[in-house]
Amino acid sequence: MTGYIIRRLLQFIPVVIVATLIVYAMVFLMPGDPIRALSGDRPMSEQVQDRLREQYNLNDPFLIQYGKYMWGVFTQGDFGTTFQGRPVLDIIQQGLPVTLTLAAVAFCFQAIIGAIAGILAAVYKDSFIDRFVQVSLVVAVALPTLAIAFLLQLTFGLNLGWFPIAGTRDGMVSYILPGIVLAAVSTGIVARMLRSELIEALQSDYVRTATAKGMKRSRVVTRHGLRNSLIPVVTFLGADLATMMGGAIVVESVFNMPGLGGQVFRSIQAQENTIVVGIVTLMVLFYVVVNLLVDLLYAVLDPRIRYE
Amino acid sequence: MSQSPVTEDNAATRPRTSSPWIPAALSLVVPGLGQLVVLKERDLGLKLLIAWLVIALGPTLVMTPLRLSGTQVNRAAVTLADTVALSAIGIGLLIAAYAAVMAYRSASPEAQEAVAEAATAKAPEAALSFQDVHVSFATEFSTVEAVKGVSFDVMPGEVVAVVGESGSGKSVTSAAAMGLVPKNGTVTGRIHLNGVEVTAMDAGQLRRLRGSEVSMVFQEPMTALNPVLRVSDQLKEAMEVHGVAFGKDALAKGVELLELVGIPDPARRISEYPHQFSGGQRQRIVIAMAIACNPSMIIADEPTTALDVTVQADILDLLRRLKEEINTAIMLITHNMGVVADMADRVVVMFQGQVVESGTAEEILLSPKHPYTRRLLEAMPKLHQKTVLDGPAVETAAPPEPVTPSDASATAETAIEARDLALAYKHRGKGIRVVEGVNFSVPRGEILGLVGESGSGKSTIAKAVLGLLEVDHGELLIRGRNLPALSRKERKAVRKDIGVVFQDPAASLDPRFPIGDIIAEPMVVHKVGSPKDRKERAAELLDAVKLPRSVTNRYPHELSGGQRQRISIARALSLSPSILIADEPTSALDVSVQARVLEMFIELQEQFEFACLFVTHDLAVVDQLANQIMVLEKGRVVEQGEKHQILREPRRDYTKRLLAAAPVPHPQEQRERREARHQLLAAQGLI
Repeated sequence: MTGYIIRRLLQFIPVVIVATLIVYAMVFLMPGDPIRALSGDRPMSEQVQDRLREQYNLNDPFLIQYGKYMWGVFTQGDFGTTFQGRPVLDIIQQGLPVTLTLAAVAFCFQAIIGAIAGILAAVYKDSFIDRFVQVSLVVAVALPTLAIAFLLQLTFGLNLGWFPIAGTRDGMVSYILPGIVLAAVSTGIVARMLRSELIEALQSDYVRTATAKGMKRSRVVTRHGLRNSLIPVVTFLGADLATMMGGAIVVESVFNMPGLGGQVFRSIQAQENTIVVGIVTLMVLFYVVVNLLVDLLYAVLDPRIRYE
Repeated sequence: MSQSPVTEDNAATRPRTSSPWIPAALSLVVPGLGQLVVLKERDLGLKLLIAWLVIALGPTLVMTPLRLSGTQVNRAAVTLADTVALSAIGIGLLIAAYAAVMAYRSASPEAQEAVAEAATAKAPEAALSFQDVHVSFATEFSTVEAVKGVSFDVMPGEVVAVVGESGSGKSVTSAAAMGLVPKNGTVTGRIHLNGVEVTAMDAGQLRRLRGSEVSMVFQEPMTALNPVLRVSDQLKEAMEVHGVAFGKDALAKGVELLELVGIPDPARRISEYPHQFSGGQRQRIVIAMAIACNPSMIIADEPTTALDVTVQADILDLLRRLKEEINTAIMLITHNMGVVADMADRVVVMFQGQVVESGTAEEILLSPKHPYTRRLLEAMPKLHQKTVLDGPAVETAAPPEPVTPSDASATAETAIEARDLALAYKHRGKGIRVVEGVNFSVPRGEILGLVGESGSGKSTIAKAVLGLLEVDHGELLIRGRNLPALSRKERKAVRKDIGVVFQDPAASLDPRFPIGDIIAEPMVVHKVGSPKDRKERAAELLDAVKLPRSVTNRYPHELSGGQRQRISIARALSLSPSILIADEPTSALDVSVQARVLEMFIELQEQFEFACLFVTHDLAVVDQLANQIMVLEKGRVVEQGEKHQILREPRRDYTKRLLAAAPVPHPQEQRERREARHQLLAAQGLI
């Protein structure tokens, strides 16, 4: 087990290097001069421009720039500074709680609603409930995230006035709509996946054995059916938690939340390259760590899987 | 009433949202539909009703605080919600009233009296009694009657074997006894368990019955246990459900039960997971669960079909012992007449949903009256052994001489030859040897039977000959050419000369291919002949396997298991190979089908003169076909030689055990064989 974890951690190194390199390349090789973008319409003296270039290693060849940056990240936890001189770590620390809360709300939503819908559809297979669940899931998956976002903002925010439309000033309440939007597609996938897995599990021999023991249907479903069908769903949920960081970019922008996603969006527009790279590097790390945890959880759920 | 002023008031400004006609029409139409549903499907109707009320009341409840706060709210929305809610309540009440009337009617006292009367009127003393039981299944297009009027009794402490082929309704009959018939099935007639009518019970009563009064042992031990729960949990819950024992007591009793069914070191192993046990052990665990609450009746549905012969003999011994110790009745469902002879007191023969013959085991097996029973018995492949077993003599000192490719066979062309063959499966870059030191040679026109238990490496050898597994060590010569040394292209050419038939015809034929294409596919792969030639060849092959030419355009699912296996054989022969690999080709088939397929196989072999590797676990099948036999155990050759020597004068302990475990369809003889086997095992120090 420890051997497996060490092997996996070693595998992180190439993954992180390749992923960050691609991001770094894409951001810094983008057309346009960030220093000029920084100055905007106002004139900026050549000396100031040169000093800034020197300070941000912009005169070094690309790979050296990248190497210096990564060295800073992994030796000193230094994610660089913005062109305004503000440490990127500062910005991350400010935005991270918002994004994590959003991700947590969305995760709870898709896990709970997805699981309930999936279980109901599987247990009452081919009934009205099943069809209802299936149709609504297709709608949820098929609608573009933006459409869902605007729809919810319009009905629950503007017309009914139940939830705030933008920002995070109202505490947890303001996370509900963005959370639902972020979770919408995955909820559909979770429910469908659980439905088909559970239907298969309920037709299996061990469920028949459990029924023949004289157990209640509800206990057969929860104890024997669900335990087995949850395995792939949990894997999906784990991987999805990581991809949510990407989805947050759209949702946070639409709902104007001061999280990392919205920050990335604004930084790309403003060519604030250090921020983009810093946040994306963090997302990559988050993704690989969560994936490792999911794989370990897999072994806990399914005793047939043993890592050596 | 309250809505009317609102409606009028609103009508002036926004006439569309609050038209009273829509709710009025709804409240007429929906209760009508609702009543229809309630009438036909009461459960669904009630659920619909609840859903209806929730949907309808939801908006009003949500609106209430908004209305109280007053401002900013769209008045039309409030009005609409009110209208919907009021009409919904009206509709819901109508449906509810109707449902209540229906429920009252269906629960009227006369029906209950009838049930009670039926239960007391005839309470036979049999442990399990079937009286004119019919089971039919509603399919998409019609109803299929699976069981057509079956009546028989199982007395306390008695073993009744229900015999028949797949589709004869034997499993459905047993499922009916536990109320486990799938939802689309309807059971009529009466089934009594210890004098109580099962067919009149509701779901709760049935549940209390299952596991406590009657329990079940299933066919497939590999999947019958939940893979993610510990054995201890699964055993404990069987007791806890019926309140027999809880927690620590249940665990202690579980250990006792495992001890009883012969699991070594039960106190430690009880906390392991099912995949850590072998197939035979898993079946023992399933049996332990079945007897956990001392049921008076055990239904065993093909409990040994998926197991090796030796394991089968052990499990049957266990069932026999348990029956005597806890005095339960057993309903044993099987298609193996040998198992019947070994276990049964009485036999019920089923054919197409009907009982065609029943009587004591002696009557049925020795003097069958019905032609179907006779056919079943004749189809059973027989192992021609010496009538008296060789006694429990322990292995003679002389080691067996491996049959090396001698001069005798040099006259005929050698088709397959293995020299010191070793095979390995790769796991994490390391090879794990599963077969070692195997030598054999099969001349053209001969059949070599590979015999052994699961895990003995017999299928692995077949795989290597097919080129699906790299040879780890040694030589494997196909018609004189060493397979491991050939290039990819040469291998393909060699493979053209090898046909293969797999075990499961349902899985080895692509369901999306029509039969003609399936048979012609090898010719397409090796670019033989024009499309027209291929079609002709396919038709010829269909003749050879005795199927009508008209099946060319059919799909595999339209054929029966036996027909599908004939297609597999036709496909294997399509390139006229000089070598045929048959991996358990008949073990998934019913006995009578197996008999016909084997007969055809022998004919084809004479006609095409291919050399054949025939992998099987059934000694009787080998006896019918093979020229030579190789017995394998754990990847090593135990004994090999001429068929007659191996089957009539086995030299090694393992071969003797294997032979002794095969049951014969003759009660008296089987009893003697059973005792002889116990003596043999005792002499070899195994019990």
